[in-house]
Amino acid sequence: MNHIAVKNNERLSLTSIPRSDYERFLEHNTALLDDSANHCVTYFGVPEDGKIKLICGIANDNEHNIYLSCAEINRTEILPSFSKHHLAFQVFERELHENFGINFSDHPWLKPVRFAFDRADKDSCIEYYPFYQSDSVELHEVGVGPIHAGIIEPGHFRFICNGEQILHLEIQLGFQHRGIERLFLEKKTLLQRTTLAESIAGDTVAGHTTAFVNLWEALCGFQADDELRFTRTLALELERIAVHTGDLSAICTDIGYQLGNAVFGRLRTPIINFFQQWCGNRLAKGLIRAGNNHFPFDKELGIALKNMLDQYKPDFNEICQKTFRQPSVLSRLEKTGVVSWEQAGSIGAVGMAARASGSERDIRKTHPHDKYINLGHQPVIKHHGDVYSRVQVRKAEIIQSIGYIRDLLMHLPAESREKKELGSPAANSIVISLTEGWRGEICHCAITDQQGALRHYKIKDPSIHNWVALALAVRNNEISDFPVCNKSFNLSYSGHDL
Amino acid sequence: MTSLILILVVTLFFHGLVFRTKSLLSGRQGPGLLQPIKDIWRQLRKGAVFSDTSTIIFRIAPGIYFASVLTAVLCVPFGGIPGLISFPGDFVFFAYALALGKFFMIVAAMDTGSSFEGMGASREAHFSMLAEPAFFTIMGSLALFTGQLSFRDIFASLHFSSSFSIAMGLLAAMILLILAMIENSRMPVDDPRTHLELTMVHEVMILDNSGFDLGLILFTTNLKFALFGALAANLFINTFPLFISIPLFLAVEAIFAIAIGTVESFVARFRMGRNPQFIFTITSYALVVFLFVLFITGRSS
Repeated sequence: MNHIAVKNNERLSLTSIPRSDYERFLEHNTALLDDSANHCVTYFGVPEDGKIKLICGIANDNEHNIYLSCAEINRTEILPSFSKHHLAFQVFERELHENFGINFSDHPWLKPVRFAFDRADKDSCIEYYPFYQSDSVELHEVGVGPIHAGIIEPGHFRFICNGEQILHLEIQLGFQHRGIERLFLEKKTLLQRTTLAESIAGDTVAGHTTAFVNLWEALCGFQADDELRFTRTLALELERIAVHTGDLSAICTDIGYQLGNAVFGRLRTPIINFFQQWCGNRLAKGLIRAGNNHFPFDKELGIALKNMLDQYKPDFNEICQKTFRQPSVLSRLEKTGVVSWEQAGSIGAVGMAARASGSERDIRKTHPHDKYINLGHQPVIKHHGDVYSRVQVRKAEIIQSIGYIRDLLMHLPAESREKKELGSPAANSIVISLTEGWRGEICHCAITDQQGALRHYKIKDPSIHNWVALALAVRNNEISDFPVCNKSFNLSYSGHDL
Repeated sequence: MTSLILILVVTLFFHGLVFRTKSLLSGRQGPGLLQPIKDIWRQLRKGAVFSDTSTIIFRIAPGIYFASVLTAVLCVPFGGIPGLISFPGDFVFFAYALALGKFFMIVAAMDTGSSFEGMGASREAHFSMLAEPAFFTIMGSLALFTGQLSFRDIFASLHFSSSFSIAMGLLAAMILLILAMIENSRMPVDDPRTHLELTMVHEVMILDNSGFDLGLILFTTNLKFALFGALAANLFINTFPLFISIPLFLAVEAIFAIAIGTVESFVARFRMGRNPQFIFTITSYALVVFLFVLFITGRSS
């Protein structure tokens, strides 16, 4: 066997990952990806004794496993690339190239990912970055950003257009780079690390924090009780409803549909206000903690939540009816920004965007954690891959999440009387934690050293794959449809830049 | 003179009424009716900042734009009372006075060298070019119908005697109103409230303008709106005495503003590529008016 199978949030001794030479490592992992049930959740390098240890995690949807394998290489070697066989690896290899200076002989485009502070080549910076260009006199370039016209995060978009038609979009991010992965190692207390996890992406607080605490508890060998699992699952689903509703509002803004913008915008408020009522923060910061629950969910909160959802749902259904029967709205959404199933698969798109292209990729079903284990989740799948499909996925997921929350509220967990001790992380271990945030699959991976201190921390936000999907989606669309395509993915800049 | 004063008065309230309608329809209180004009006043008291890459064209364009629209306003009669400028064929002068201002706005946008503004300029030029036939078809039809050549004479001698001609009048008013929405870059052709440069038409052209220049452009936009409303109102006020015609004029302008606010509340903006089709539809409506006129005047045979 060239790999070892682990479950989501299962601790494994670092030495038990089978090691092979790079050629076999490449062959094995790229062969795994030929099966569409497999996709790469993480692939990164860890410096070890002057060499670099590459660790690759491929998740299998049918067996609910993650296949881990590793190889050791020298920095100076020029390697054949994984991306030659499967494009889904491209961003991981670009990261390896950027962070360690590893060169690949046949990678299609070793474009910088985020100009990380500790990158191998300090001379490579955005000021001198050669953007993809066209010499044609008939085409023109439009550069947007990094300062955004609205209030969101910074990113640079370079379009090559033929009149109003987009031929090519190059996205260059990294303006939001904070060195989060490094900070995870530098900050030593658990609270600091949890707070860091909460700030990976401001719109996915519950998602990233759940990934972190599950990983940490697995490292410490802590079994989360019913109450903790309930809190995390409820927070994830509420976050999904809140962000999806806000996105529907923003999509309406981008097509100039005022009614939808106003009503969906109003509907988001009670959801995030409920977080405020529950934990004192509208974005759920402070709610999720490893091995501990500061905000027990009591009966009163349960009634408040139920009442709030009872008011939310009829209004939501009504505005959906109004919006999605409006011809002018449909004409903007349908057949705009199409990502085909083949494209989504080849670039390894994840989460909501992948499900809108017909791909059944949902951690809640394939690698369930917390309460999802007993929830029997069936992913919402749409097939056209256009903006309208992504809107439809959001709409259906909101309704689905409301159903899940109502189920969860039927069996409120008993407040745990005795506090279990969290303990400290095991030495020489690796844990991979997968969580389905509202945007898609979040992967956190931690490695500990001989003393049980964190040695390496790797975060993968779903945005990192899906930014490529956006670049593909806008091809041949009108440039004036870019904002609505962008919003239909609503990707994270800070989650990508870390 | 009457029309000039009335149009200036309407200018003060027009956008406020549009915003108020939109706010109320989306369940909000909304700003006061005078808020847009207060914002313009605030802009007018500021100094302007100019980019190094822009030339004199960029600096004079807002002034020319304002002057051109004001000249066009002077051509507009009030029922039987002629505007300050009135001569046979003045509606052609009117159209090209407006076009002159627009031309300068377009070249000023190109002058900044910004890729956004170039895009906006190209869209603006494209859409106005397509809208022009509709305006001339409708004015030509009215001229043919009344046998007159100046705004004042055309509007003064409009008599809607038969149901046929009333239908024609309503259609003509509707066309003028839709034309106004295209000319003023309102929904569904352009979304004036968007913050996204890539989807704008008119707004993206004035991204580089600031302070006084921006205030002047915004005021001119308001003025242009009221101007088109006045043209539509002229179809109805006829030679009524002032105590009827002035309220009627204000009512038509108010209905116009509320109609814009309502459309913008409940309709999404068109896909940019669909706009030419929509604008052509206006021309075909105008051709229907033209056919009406041919029938009524008995020139069809």
